[in-house]
Amino acid sequence: MKELLTGNEAIARGAYEFGVRVAAAYPGTPSTEILENLVNYPGVYAQWSPNEKVALEVGLGAAIGGARTLVTMKHVGVNVAADPLFTLAYTGVNAGLVLVSADDPGMHSSQNEQDNRNYAKFAKIPVLEPSNSQEAKDMVGLGLEMSEQFDTPVMLRTTTRVNHSQSFVEIGERIDDTAKPYVKNSRKYVMVPAHARGRHVVVEERRGKLAEYAESCPVNRIEWADRKIGIIASGIIYEYVKEVIPEASILKLGMTFPLPEKLIREFAAQVEELYVIEELEPFLEDQVRLMGIEITGKQLFPRIGEVSQKIIAEKILAVTGHRDLVNQSILAAGAAEEKDVQIPVRPPVMCPGCPHRGVFYTISQLKMIVTGDIGCYTLGSLPPLEAMDTCICMGASVGAALGMEKAHPEMHGKVVAVIGDSTFMHSGITGLLDVAYNRGATTTIILDNSTTAMTGHQDHAATGKTLSKEITNQVDLVALVKALGINQVQIVDAFDLKKLKTIISEEAAADEPSVIIVKRPCALLIKERTAPYTIDENCINCKKCMKLGCPALSVQGDAVVVNTALCTGCGLCSQLCPSGALKKEGEGNE
Amino acid sequence: MSNGKVTNILIVGVGGQGTILASRILSYLALEEGHDVKVSEIHGMAQRGGSVVTQVRMGEKVYSPLISEGQADVILAFERLEALRWVHYLKKDGTIIINDQAIDPVPVILGLQEYPSGIIDRIKGKVPDTIAVNALQIAEECGNAKASNVVLMGVLARKMGFGKEKCIRALEAKVPAKFLELNKNAFEKGWNVQV
Ligand SMILES: Cc1ncc(C[n+]2csc(CCOP(=O)(O)OP(=O)(O)O)c2C)c(N)n1
Ligand code: SF4
Ligand code: SF4
Repeated sequence: MKELLTGNEAIARGAYEFGVRVAAAYPGTPSTEILENLVNYPGVYAQWSPNEKVALEVGLGAAIGGARTLVTMKHVGVNVAADPLFTLAYTGVNAGLVLVSADDPGMHSSQNEQDNRNYAKFAKIPVLEPSNSQEAKDMVGLGLEMSEQFDTPVMLRTTTRVNHSQSFVEIGERIDDTAKPYVKNSRKYVMVPAHARGRHVVVEERRGKLAEYAESCPVNRIEWADRKIGIIASGIIYEYVKEVIPEASILKLGMTFPLPEKLIREFAAQVEELYVIEELEPFLEDQVRLMGIEITGKQLFPRIGEVSQKIIAEKILAVTGHRDLVNQSILAAGAAEEKDVQIPVRPPVMCPGCPHRGVFYTISQLKMIVTGDIGCYTLGSLPPLEAMDTCICMGASVGAALGMEKAHPEMHGKVVAVIGDSTFMHSGITGLLDVAYNRGATTTIILDNSTTAMTGHQDHAATGKTLSKEITNQVDLVALVKALGINQVQIVDAFDLKKLKTIISEEAAADEPSVIIVKRPCALLIKERTAPYTIDENCINCKKCMKLGCPALSVQGDAVVVNTALCTGCGLCSQLCPSGALKKEGEGNE
Repeated sequence: MSNGKVTNILIVGVGGQGTILASRILSYLALEEGHDVKVSEIHGMAQRGGSVVTQVRMGEKVYSPLISEGQADVILAFERLEALRWVHYLKKDGTIIINDQAIDPVPVILGLQEYPSGIIDRIKGKVPDTIAVNALQIAEECGNAKASNVVLMGVLARKMGFGKEKCIRALEAKVPAKFLELNKNAFEKGWNVQV
């Protein structure tokens, strides 16, 4: 039976079919749906961890313990998990472990576009790159087998286009008997220098064996066609090449580290023009060059962003002596070019009724310096709120605020760190510990909307529910923060603008570090709506409410209008209205 | 759809408009016809009112899930400005179906940029096969503004020559039972729109 699955659904299916018994992850686009799907399969234990490092540690424990294991994360998650990864590469596994690194060329939903194949090379572990959903599923199986055969973690590196595209997948049965016994072996698993020295030798030997295996690995293959043009490609680029230069010979690499040198030489020797097309870094290209093979790659193709079919066609046409092999219809002019009209951009915005809006309105009014963090609330950096000065990586807000304060003591009272609840659980706790330990006076605002909203509303350690929606321990944020050494902790309602202003100003001015927990669930979690607000003739047209940037409020002609279909009735706008023109429907006096 | 050829359909709109159901129904239909299908859907911040685009490609054998500029056979636009933003993806002699509805993006709400006027006429000037439909109004007549996506599907399905019975089966497979009657009705109204 065949089903149309996204890459992420296919990876989950693969984990199920190939006998994965434990899976752990922290959400992150474009990887999140893998575990959201996997949790629904029987016989698989799947969990959200507080961050990627812990997810990989849970994973390595499970694999060493004897369960086939899947760990998933977005590309930047591997930065967080890099520490266990590099040494897990030394110890190896017992049962197979596949680490999914979901890269995001083009930054559809990320803060950078690092190429994580470099991690595989750096950690000396094999990496597999699927081109479509079927391969994504199959490579989970192949990865688990390789992991066991070569005693190494295996990286499955996807890109957004593979994770989020649907294509047909052949559905199979689950292999159930994958469990292995745990065997104590401290020379292998206890990485003190004396043991690690021995393991490093094993790692280098393994690299050689893997390189040999790559030559016959079933996912590395030459598709011979016209030998005038030869292209080396992996991942989604393979599919693009099939569209753009259907007649070219292709060396399709499913395993991109270590590389099959003999196969590459064989291919290179028999084609007239040799190209390597890859997104981001010249990862394949540099290695092929080191083999002493001449190849054209990044001279033509960008290092920045995605490579498109159009780019491939244009660039190859510009240099090839065999233009007839290129499917030029891909460059045919379309029906319409809209060059002479300015098309307004449509950036994402905080939803109507978003609990983050009032906080950002308040700190923008107080003209504070805001070290920010990553989540829906990063939208507070956009107009009209524009209340964010830095956003680097998850958890960075708290340490950054402390650093600012240490750089310029007179900045004290003007800097505030803003961090979401899921992000605080992920990596904000240690930053706050630093503030307490090093006697900062930083004010940290935790935006507790009871979810990981940005990535599609996942639970976390402070929501009281697990990935499988079971009730569990819920972190007591106040007690946690106090235990770290922050004595000044306040809880404020996200919809109370007056109180927000008083408390933020007071705490920022104080000489003691403090935490303000701003509470209200994400507007999209609320199923029953309260009555919307409406605007009446008392409106004096001051447009103070428009400073909130609520998409339910707009100016039509010259009058402010509430879109009652969008308005959630949060009441922020009416708190700003000096003339009482904004009233909750049914509560007005008209 | 002729053999060997791939049909490219681009579905564009604003987060929350229900574009994804449209692509689900389309891929169901393609599957029923025995085609290969690939669908690409970028969702990241889609829920937060950004522009969303879904690409559906069907035919005997489909490699890439992505449509290149100027290569879409059909564009189904759920909103006027998004139609304008994506119309350069339409191939010569392609069809564009536009829901005659405007949703102001934030820069417009803030008065920083203007919502372009006369979008439909502008597109009509360049694309002879432009179909403008007030799907929102039709959906409201059916009793739920949210069904505009299915109204538009009705217009598209007929234009593309999918059998009506098959479409109804697709709806039955992809729509929750309690909304089925509403959606069948909305589909019928879309199917019957005079183009
Ligand atoms: C290391 C890392 N992991 C995951 C992500 C993806 N990501 C971005 S923000 C975010 C969490 C947002 O949740 P929260 O802090 O609660 O804010 P909210 O979106 O709910 O406002 C996640 C998981 C990331 N950017 N970096
Ligand atoms: S999803 Fe929730 S947290 Fe994110 S912008 Fe909307 S209301 Fe705010
Ligand atoms: S009450 Fe005002 S601020 Fe809140 S959602 Fe409605 S219009 Fe927006």
